[in-house]
Amino acid sequence: MNDPIAIARDSILAPAGLDESALDRLLGHLTSAAVDAADIYFQYSRLQSWVLEDGILKDGNFSIEQGAGLRAVSGEKTGFAYSDELQLPALLEAATAARAIARGGREGQVRIGQAPTKQRLYEPLNPIGSLPDADKVALLQRVDAEARRADPRVREVVASLVAVQDTVLVLADDGTLAADVRPLVRLNVSVIAEQDGRREQGSSGGGARADLGYFLVEDRALTFAREAVRLALVNLDAVAAPAGTMTVVLGSGWPGVLLHEAVGHGLEGDFNRKGSSAFAGRLGQRVAAQGVTVVDDGTLPGRRGSLNLDDEGTPTQNTVLIEDGILRGYMQDKLNARLTGTTPTGNGRRESYAHLPMPRMTNTYMLAGERDPEEIIASVDKGLYAVNFGGGQVDITSGKFVFSASEAYLIEKGRITRPVKGATLIGNGPDVLTRVSLIGNDLRLDEGVGTCGKEGQSVPVGVGQPTLRIDGLTVGGTSQ
Amino acid sequence: MPILTTEDTAERLARLQQIIEDLLKEARRQGASAAEASVGGSAGLEVAVRLGEVETVEHTRDNGLGITLYFGHRRGSASTSDLSPAAVRDAVSAARAIAEHTQDDPCAHLAPPELMATEILDLDLCHPWAIEVEQAIELAVSCEDAARTYDPRIVNSEGASLSTHLGIHVAGNTHGFIGGYPTTRHSLNCAVIGQDGELMQRDYWWTTARASSDLDAARAVGERAAERTVARLGARRLGTREAPVLFRAEVATGLLRSLVSAINGASLYRRSSFLLDHLGKSIFPEFVRIHEQPHLRRGLSSAPYDGDGVATRAKDLVRDGVLQTYVLDTYSGCRLGMPTTGNAGGVRNLTIEMGELDRTALLREMGTGLLVTELMGHGVNAVTGDYSRGASGFWVENGEIQYPVEEITIAGNLKQMFAGLVAVGNDCDFPGSTRTGSWLIDRMTIAGE
Repeated sequence: MNDPIAIARDSILAPAGLDESALDRLLGHLTSAAVDAADIYFQYSRLQSWVLEDGILKDGNFSIEQGAGLRAVSGEKTGFAYSDELQLPALLEAATAARAIARGGREGQVRIGQAPTKQRLYEPLNPIGSLPDADKVALLQRVDAEARRADPRVREVVASLVAVQDTVLVLADDGTLAADVRPLVRLNVSVIAEQDGRREQGSSGGGARADLGYFLVEDRALTFAREAVRLALVNLDAVAAPAGTMTVVLGSGWPGVLLHEAVGHGLEGDFNRKGSSAFAGRLGQRVAAQGVTVVDDGTLPGRRGSLNLDDEGTPTQNTVLIEDGILRGYMQDKLNARLTGTTPTGNGRRESYAHLPMPRMTNTYMLAGERDPEEIIASVDKGLYAVNFGGGQVDITSGKFVFSASEAYLIEKGRITRPVKGATLIGNGPDVLTRVSLIGNDLRLDEGVGTCGKEGQSVPVGVGQPTLRIDGLTVGGTSQ
Repeated sequence: MPILTTEDTAERLARLQQIIEDLLKEARRQGASAAEASVGGSAGLEVAVRLGEVETVEHTRDNGLGITLYFGHRRGSASTSDLSPAAVRDAVSAARAIAEHTQDDPCAHLAPPELMATEILDLDLCHPWAIEVEQAIELAVSCEDAARTYDPRIVNSEGASLSTHLGIHVAGNTHGFIGGYPTTRHSLNCAVIGQDGELMQRDYWWTTARASSDLDAARAVGERAAERTVARLGARRLGTREAPVLFRAEVATGLLRSLVSAINGASLYRRSSFLLDHLGKSIFPEFVRIHEQPHLRRGLSSAPYDGDGVATRAKDLVRDGVLQTYVLDTYSGCRLGMPTTGNAGGVRNLTIEMGELDRTALLREMGTGLLVTELMGHGVNAVTGDYSRGASGFWVENGEIQYPVEEITIAGNLKQMFAGLVAVGNDCDFPGSTRTGSWLIDRMTIAGE
């Protein structure tokens, strides 16, 4: 059985005794004359995690979460209630609470249609069962051994493996009946290396919407182990980072977190409807240098940030945000699209049934340019080459964003010289991409570890970019 | 749909206690040598208004249980949002299945039975707020209205929101420990947007308390949000330089959090702390005392027992500038060869002893330097103490605020920043479980244009 709707019916609706007529009744109860839109989001999520530390598989956890979130929208007002009990009486009670937002009116008559999803970006599989538990343990032990083998300075290794199957079913009064079965796996390695009393950490990892075999392909898990060790060792030799505004070359891949923070959040439809984003009202204007094209693409097969359909049942798409430097589009969910007279872009996402959906990114990246990355580095007389980053943050109203480097080097006379300690980079979103002066031909996406937080809700995302030269970004080191 | 009342809570507490007993019994039945379990439920109401109109009304209702089984020194855990008897059985089976694959870990065991909390102190943490949706909306609207009418430069709003939650949590283990109690938490937040020319700024303020009568007045919260927003308008950048930095009280809490994370057992046994081997050593100037008060009545982090069932107790973390204790749970304590400090789940109500200086005196003490009112990003390296974060605030000369600043970073190393703490103000004026005045640090690097 690999029809998502059939899987969702079997795992969510059938155990609770919810049939077609119950769903019709529920949606009808949620909808009244004064309600513009209503939807119900059913979710059944299973997660298994394992942690290996000190060479011992010391912890494991299995968790199940299920519930339904019911939403009624009237104009700009949203009523929302959720329940972790899926029996009809509990859901009807939640519907009563949610619909109270729209006063008056009679119960609506809603017939649920069915819009089968065409996209099949990942299989509706259960990654938890994709590998025997003993093999998961063995995989983490190999990761641990590989990290320790890679260098004698490695003192501590923590490796973890997480597999999730998330089944969702969306019903809406616009006729939507859609389901998605979303596998997600992730493996992380973190090491501490010590030398002459100095300690540094290195972390690496990756993931995908796939089964756990993903980590076995070409010994991918072991690559992460070696990468974590390499990062820790680089940092053992790092000197203080420079302070001040300078030319910065960002590496390809994960440094795309720049785009996520500097422009991505500012282009989410809710902030622009409310006029609270520094990008509000700037469609059609130049916000980046020529040659800069940024997209949000939820349709990349198997990627962590991809979805067959978003949490409102809208198929994801490839949305052009910035085209050759000109602001072209925002990311929309149903509510913000309706209120601004635009179309949903498949960006309506939520952390779980217990949260309201809102416009969120999927995989956000910049398209490749034509320059050889080595040529870009060679073009810089004095600057910073930042290759790996931790998290970032943005104030969408002022446009100011930061992101913290975890691997960076000085560039002196066109050559990469010494590693420097992680420093925070700060800039202004509407301005930073106008300072992009060279774009590499080496577009790469991240390894599948990104998680984005907004208004207390976390969702998995992806980022990517080619190597970029930015003329004038502030580097927050200590060395002047 | 009003939220739970006091009568409901007694009944619900008994039901959750029954679930714990069922979980532990089932764990024994499935062969566990020991087990610990927790179960909780909460109900709440959250309303958000924007530009005077209601935006969302959310009714929240969460349940969850978690269990850890021990088979000798192997363990496995499971959790679920489903509290039905079938789910209880399934959770125990799932934890047992996990434990079939985990390996012997000599530190995987319950805390010693003699450390269990024997009395569940009443810390006055439960004050349900029988507020109806309409009233909640009115309060949030009046909060936002106070902000919007504060100054003509307030041109837009992200809105105001009010939330009230009542939660009940019960924990138990096979030592015979069982404890549970209800808690409430109510909050009101407001964020508004100011404009000056083309450029916008946003800031916010909030109030939160166990009892609604302890909340700040709605209009006062709104006015404070607007005042903070207006103060940021016209922000400039700074040139790169070294200068003293004054962390306004509400951002100084982040420095205390970094301290706690560095003396936390898990960071220490993983050797990922810049304060490894610092117990009994001086890490702050002599005037610094930092203490934990888990039994504070109505405290936002108060708790009679920790996540291991161990009785919590008040203690100094730092006295005369010297680190007095690590922050340990049973497992990390065992890994370090030390007894637990009753801190499974973290520290509860941390306070740094305030000094004599008020806000004006602190600025005068600093003379010329940077007053930081907001920090951005995650640039704190717990292993090395290296610190580099985005900042905004005000440039100060000769004790007087000159102009707002933004798009700069401040950088240093936490070890040196702690040692370079010049003064702690007496200006703690924000809600939260961490109580501190502003911190004046002698010198940091500011990076700007």
